[in-house]
Amino acid sequence: MNSAVITFPGSNCDRDIHVALKKFGFKNKMVWHDDIELPKSDLVVLPGGFSYGDYLRCGSMASKSKIMKSVINFAKSGGKVLGICNGFQILVETGLLPGVLLRNKYLEFICKNVFVKINNKNNLYFKSFKKDILELHIAHNEGNYFCTKEQLKEIDDNNQISLYYSDKDGKVDKDNNPNGSIKNIAAIFNKEKNILGMMPHPERMIDPALSGEDGSIFFKNLITNFK
Amino acid sequence: MKVSVVITLKKDVLDPQGKVIHQTLDGMGFDDVKEVRQGKYFEINIKENDKKKSEEKVEDMCKKLLANLVIEDYKIIGSQ
Repeated sequence: MNSAVITFPGSNCDRDIHVALKKFGFKNKMVWHDDIELPKSDLVVLPGGFSYGDYLRCGSMASKSKIMKSVINFAKSGGKVLGICNGFQILVETGLLPGVLLRNKYLEFICKNVFVKINNKNNLYFKSFKKDILELHIAHNEGNYFCTKEQLKEIDDNNQISLYYSDKDGKVDKDNNPNGSIKNIAAIFNKEKNILGMMPHPERMIDPALSGEDGSIFFKNLITNFK
Repeated sequence: MKVSVVITLKKDVLDPQGKVIHQTLDGMGFDDVKEVRQGKYFEINIKENDKKKSEEKVEDMCKKLLANLVIEDYKIIGSQ
C-alpha cells in the first residue's frame, strides 16, 4: 500500500504520521506543498500543524497551495484522503468536506486525551473495527466544528458523522464536548466516505510506552481494509 | 484603487472573542454595551483604476479566499 503525506510550511505532525504509516506497513512518500503531482498513492494524508501560521483562517492558505489541485482531483475521483487536525481544517477549506472549524468555545488551546465514539463503521476507515470507543489525543485551538442547519441535516441523512467526543463508556453529551463542536462531532466523512477529516491524532497513540495503542488499532485496521 | 473590505462572522455564529471583549468592557465600566462582534479588515491596493471593476475583483477575492461564506459575511466599505 502506498501513501503520501503532504508537508506544508508550518506542518508539524508530518513526520509523526510518516512514522505511524511506515510502522503499520504503508510505503510512504513525503510530498512538498509546492509540488504539482502526487506520487501513485492509495492514501493521501494531510497532517496536523499550523500550515502558513494559521494566517487568515486555519487551513485557508494551504487549501489553495499547488499540490492541493492534485489532491482535490484525487479525492474527487474516489481516492482516499485523510486529514488530521490542521489537515481536517484544510479539507473543509477546500470544500471537500462540509462545514468549518471555529475557535474552541472557551478560547483555550486544548491538549489532552479524549474518548471518541465511532458512529459509522460502514466504510473503509472503520470497517471491522472491534472497538466502539477509542482513546485518542487532541491538540488544537480551532476544533469547534460548525455547519449550517441544512448541512447538518445532510451530514446526518448521509451518515457522514464518523466520530463523536464521548466519555469512556460512549456517552455523548455536553460534559464530554471539549471544544463546543455541534453534536460533539470530532470527525466527518464526505458523502462517498472516501475522505475523512478528524480532529484527534491517531498517530500519537501508536506506542504503549509513550501513550496508548488505540492509534495502532486504527492504522492496522486501515491497512487491512485497504488491501 | 484601494478597496477596503470588512469581514465579520454571521449573526448566528458564536463569536467567543467578541463575547470576552464584551465582558471585559463591562468590567471596565462600559456597562451599556449590548453586543461586540469581532471581524477582520483588509485594504487591498490593486492596479485597476475603475471603481466598479476594482470592487468586482475584490468581491471575487472575498468569495474565493478572504471570507468563508459558511460562517462569514463580507462588506466592501469603500474604494479610493
